Amino acid sequence: MIEINGITKKYGDKTVVNNISFTVEAGEIVGFLGPNGAGKSTTMNILTGYISSTSGSVKIDGIDILENPLEAKRRIGFLPEQPPLYMEMTVREYLNFVYDLKGTTLNKKKHLSEVCEVVRISDVCDRTIKHLSKGYKQRVGIAQALVGNPPVLIFDEPTVGLDPKQIIDIRNLIKALGRDHTVILSTHILPEVQAVCDRIIIVNRGRVIANERTEDIAGITAGPRKLVAKISGQKQDVVRYLKTIQGVLFVDVMAEKDGDAFSYMIEAQPGIDIRKPLFYALAEKGMPLIGLEAMGMSLEDVFITLITNDKDPRNKLEAAKS
Amino acid sequence: MSAIYKRELRSYFITPIGYVFIIVFMIMSGLAFSYTTLMQNTSDVSTYYTIVMFFFIILIPLLTMKSLSEEKKLKTEQILLTSPVTITQMILAKFFAAYTLFAATLIFSCVNFITLYVYGQPNTGVLVATTLGILLIGGAFIALGILLSSLTENQLIAALVTIMSIFFMLGLGLISSTIPDTAHVIRAFVKWLSVFDRFYAFTYGYFDFNSLLYYVSITAVFIFLTIRVYEKRRWE
Repeated sequence: MIEINGITKKYGDKTVVNNISFTVEAGEIVGFLGPNGAGKSTTMNILTGYISSTSGSVKIDGIDILENPLEAKRRIGFLPEQPPLYMEMTVREYLNFVYDLKGTTLNKKKHLSEVCEVVRISDVCDRTIKHLSKGYKQRVGIAQALVGNPPVLIFDEPTVGLDPKQIIDIRNLIKALGRDHTVILSTHILPEVQAVCDRIIIVNRGRVIANERTEDIAGITAGPRKLVAKISGQKQDVVRYLKTIQGVLFVDVMAEKDGDAFSYMIEAQPGIDIRKPLFYALAEKGMPLIGLEAMGMSLEDVFITLITNDKDPRNKLEAAKS
Repeated sequence: MSAIYKRELRSYFITPIGYVFIIVFMIMSGLAFSYTTLMQNTSDVSTYYTIVMFFFIILIPLLTMKSLSEEKKLKTEQILLTSPVTITQMILAKFFAAYTLFAATLIFSCVNFITLYVYGQPNTGVLVATTLGILLIGGAFIALGILLSSLTENQLIAALVTIMSIFFMLGLGLISSTIPDTAHVIRAFVKWLSVFDRFYAFTYGYFDFNSLLYYVSITAVFIFLTIRVYEKRRWE
């Protein structure tokens, strides 16, 4: 649905976006992550045709945004970092304007009231935008993106500045929208991405440094591959025995001591969940397993590792996996 | 495009600008008319319109100062430029919205002329031609105002620079008369450029096609330049 190929953006000598490429399939919700200044907003602005890239191509539904900008833009609903609201208009007037601007052909009254329902702004339709709270303003911004029911929705930091309840509401909304739309959501709130997105793209300093399905990134981070086990017993005996257990790849003693138990880092062979075999094996040998947890990196850890390791453009994800 | 046009026109009346423009214009034109034409017991409106033109120095910037500068400042231009609307359509819509307000007010101020018809026999041709001339000049100034508004986020700067520019353009005519004869080529060129001098043909009821083309061309050039400003920004 969305194809970005080799997008680069330079301002003079400064390269803000450096050869970014990715594809978003129809119906996917993609999280676009990165530290501030990574080039997220610039990429989104290029995606939506607000600015042009120095090189590279953008195709929305097969339509090149440079060759046929009007058709491409017709398929996009965009909520920029700062919602483009005309403060002096009422919500109704504003949405009517957006409806005309996008050249929508759906039944005006019905469609707009549906949009207002979905975003839950029906009760403020006749208020002047200037007088709305931030939460409502943000929702009007989302409403504007939904007008015309475009197949592609692009949200640039949609929950920033909202209170926790509003954030949850918006997230649920985006998840619901994801069923019938293709969504790109940029944020640096990591739990949001995990909760809502099918796929995560991480950018840093203008480059894509990760592009994985959410469960794969989470799988890299927390899975039964690496375990920290607290086992009672003599260190050498335990280590020797552990290495004999089928599926154990690597054992390392960690410094922690808990009574007569030590902590051991156990790495399993890929694809094998050794937690239960480990339990039974140790019980058989009379070595009580008194603690077991997955040695995990949270998404935050993955993110930070990727960002800090981002000096070598190759094998960043491999570095994080180790 | 009509969406943007309607919105612009409406915004002139949601904020006080539209009302202020109309009221100030009507009052000033009424006063100017009384002092020049009525009190001089003449149906010669050229002085009246000359004064009206100089009022534009203040009034037109009022209309145009926020048209593009505020969009840039508040980032509302983002929705315009990411919608299925071209830059050209956006700028033309804004131009026509400002022009509609200007033209409607000007035509409405022609009620001043009713007194001429009641008390005398004015030359309708002259009135029509002169009004047309003002409409054309107004168009050029509005296009200039919009161009200047696109170059800054600050409405005040846009307004001030527009004021100075219109003042300069009108003043070119006066400047041309100070250029000595020896530099007659320069003087001729400046005179040719002068908005003011060309206007005089209209005041004689003479509908000079040359001048028409001149005014329309200037308007088109300013609009074109505004479009280029946006294109440059998009690519930069």
